[in-house]
Amino acid sequence: MSRDTRLAWINGLLLPLMNILTAFAATAILFLLINVNPIEAAKTLLYGAFGYGEGIGYTFYYTTNFIFTGLAVAIAFHAGLFNIGGEGQAYIGGLGAGLVVFMLFPGLSPWLMIPASIFGAMLFGGIWAMAPGYLQAYRGSHIVITTIMFNFLAATLMVYLLVKVLREPGKMTPQSVLFPDNAWLPFVHDVLPAFGIEMERSPLNLSIVLALVMAVLVWFFLWQTRWGYAIRATGRNASAAVYAGISQKKIIMVAMCISGALAGLVGINELLGYHHRIIMNFHIGYGFGGIAVALMGRNHPFGIVIAALLFGTLYQGGAELAFEWSNISRDIVVVMQGLVILFCGALEYMYKPWLVRWLAPVKEVQA
Amino acid sequence: MSLAIELENIDKRFGAVHANVNVDLQVREGSIHGIVGENGAGKSTLMSILYGFYHADAGTIKVFDKECHFQDSHQAIAIGIGMVHQHFMLIDNFTVLENVMLGAEGGYLLAEGMDKARTELQRLAREYGLDVDLDATIESLSVGLQQRVEILKALYKGAKILILDEPTGVLTPQETDELFKIFAALKEQGVTIVLITHKLREIMAVTDAVSVMRQGAMVAHVATETTSESQLAELMVGRKVLLDVTKSDIKPGEVLLKVKQLNWQDQHGVMRLKNINLDIRAGEVLGVAGVSGNGQSELLQVLSGINPIQDGCIEVHGNSFTVKQQTNAGKMREFGMAHVPEDRHKMGMITEFSAAESAILGYHKDAELNNGIWLKPDLVEKRCLDLMQAFDVRPNDVKLKSANFSGGNQQKLILAREMEHQPEVLLIGQPTRGVDVGAIEFIHQRILDMRDAGKAVLLVSVELEEILSLSDRIIVMCDGEITGRMAIEDADERSIGMLMANAQQAHDPLQANEKQGVQA
Repeated sequence: MSRDTRLAWINGLLLPLMNILTAFAATAILFLLINVNPIEAAKTLLYGAFGYGEGIGYTFYYTTNFIFTGLAVAIAFHAGLFNIGGEGQAYIGGLGAGLVVFMLFPGLSPWLMIPASIFGAMLFGGIWAMAPGYLQAYRGSHIVITTIMFNFLAATLMVYLLVKVLREPGKMTPQSVLFPDNAWLPFVHDVLPAFGIEMERSPLNLSIVLALVMAVLVWFFLWQTRWGYAIRATGRNASAAVYAGISQKKIIMVAMCISGALAGLVGINELLGYHHRIIMNFHIGYGFGGIAVALMGRNHPFGIVIAALLFGTLYQGGAELAFEWSNISRDIVVVMQGLVILFCGALEYMYKPWLVRWLAPVKEVQA
Repeated sequence: MSLAIELENIDKRFGAVHANVNVDLQVREGSIHGIVGENGAGKSTLMSILYGFYHADAGTIKVFDKECHFQDSHQAIAIGIGMVHQHFMLIDNFTVLENVMLGAEGGYLLAEGMDKARTELQRLAREYGLDVDLDATIESLSVGLQQRVEILKALYKGAKILILDEPTGVLTPQETDELFKIFAALKEQGVTIVLITHKLREIMAVTDAVSVMRQGAMVAHVATETTSESQLAELMVGRKVLLDVTKSDIKPGEVLLKVKQLNWQDQHGVMRLKNINLDIRAGEVLGVAGVSGNGQSELLQVLSGINPIQDGCIEVHGNSFTVKQQTNAGKMREFGMAHVPEDRHKMGMITEFSAAESAILGYHKDAELNNGIWLKPDLVEKRCLDLMQAFDVRPNDVKLKSANFSGGNQQKLILAREMEHQPEVLLIGQPTRGVDVGAIEFIHQRILDMRDAGKAVLLVSVELEEILSLSDRIIVMCDGEITGRMAIEDADERSIGMLMANAQQAHDPLQANEKQGVQA
């Protein structure tokens, strides 16, 4: 095996695997400290995520969100941009999805209604990301600062809208009226029986198909189109991209727009797929989780789908853990996620020097 | 008199580049010793070895008659070597005192060390005539004063040997004179000074002895009084057997590239191009000679559209571009301009991309590669394979990462990409930098083939013999201006070398003011 292929294996598989195992080991130590048998806990977690139909449904439901935000982060990352505004873009995407539903004729065929709503989510998410993109491209404001500020703006805007404008008349809860049922994305447990498969009721809906399609489209876009080429060239070597005549400003705008549109699709899974109304805070944690997913998935759609599944498992299994064990609170999910992000994100290359020295040493150049 | 520095057989390679070839150097204690050579001749590498930044692959270093094996620059500092870098290593918003103390604070509380440093610095300033306000922040000082702080810093750390890397590059003529006065004071106090430069006038003005480097090797050691600027220029540039290229007679056609009154200012407000006028006809190679960093890079970048036109006019095959047209590299390509950039890793290719992907850089929109929205990988790879075969790129593996090709093969791939498109105008920067000898001849032949095919070629190179063997006409650039124009028949290395070096004397007062303006 050549050194390059070895390095590719180390970067692509071994490193993420060792990072995730380290994160699990750290979690195990934490469990021991609070007198929980880590092996038992792991069993509960896995049972919660995959042991029964409803659990599986939830796991994949969460996975769907992480695929969307992971892809969003990855697209921006390939252009050399760090989009940490996935939270806000997902939130505003949900607003877009809902507004389209409310604006259109309630009796419209779902075949028109749902695509229109998906378009609305992507449009709103995209515009919400393009604003920081514009500020970066034309005004030089750093995208990390602006995207995070746009998260706060999104949160405030949504509180205002849900309390003052969109709130269901006569109700105290800050949420909109129910969507007409032509805007409901079918549940998987309603669709599968048509193929002769029975499944327990769960929030899992057809958004997961959309997520997988998006993963393929993102791959195609990045590696099989000239725009993807331009985006990757910019991210890898900006001055070479300028030399090639690729406009940096345009790339920033386009990459951020697509990134935001993908994050906005979280709104489809959550609102069209499950809640069927615009609610508060449906987006919490997915935008930031998406960063870890993209990092773990090496910004490749295939890796992102796998990493998203891991995060979905942690989400659902962690909830089961908190439910079953009296001395574990729901917050343990956040702690576990934090450890995964710590080891897979912040300490991403901790093992790399050792692995490279061991498995792919540099041959001394003969003078 | 005893020797301060004695280097024997210093040898250093960076991959394929042989930066120092068996270098010997002797510097007498208490003298001012100049080291001259073109950019890339190996001067800075040699000094970095002396200062402990790099390890020599072979050879011995003796400082004050003691053999030294420096692991890092701390050890070099400890033995009394101080270095003033071309780019100052100062913290802008710290005061002079704080900057000098940095790394030698002397305890957890600053006050005590500060008092001690202040007394010591006042003594040094008195002895060497290095007057600086110790409580002024660095950003409030002019470049000349900042350089003084660097010198103070080295002396404070106990330097008895002071190495200065291109110290006058950023100075105005007045500041340069001030610096030379300081040199005299330092010499009087017994400090040894090593001055690295490519400005011959300065060498003649202040040094006692001078060593000349060319292509990594020492070619001469002479006492300053026994030499002259023209002799040094000749030694610096060297007389090498011209590479064997057969050039057919020139058959110039219509003007393909015309540049009128082009001016360009960088982001710091420094004029990099001043009133550039030139034209190149079909079937002609125009060579641009000059010490690198005198506007050649900026000329290439403005012509190729990487940097926008600010003032003046560029005409490509009759299409005229001024500040009103937003030029970019893509647009210039469409009008028949191709560009082989000077730095292939920074600009010419994307080292992490596969060869196939790097081979379409700038041409990824070509209709023959795209099927609708689909940039077809098989067509991209086919294109790359064709280019590789046409230019004998080895290995001809289109999926191999661009970084994994040797310098010569990377360069051939870039040349292939730009030449096979049959552009009207070809801009080439440093076509054979870091390229092995075998590839050099091939590349030279291809450049002449372009000329014979009736294209206009602008060739920028710091290798004078390359310019001389390929060009039909030559211009010499210095400090952003064209300082000399000649036909190839009238050109020889010595006259060009003099134009390159001589012009260094001609300071443009306007630019000096601008530089000061930036600092203020």
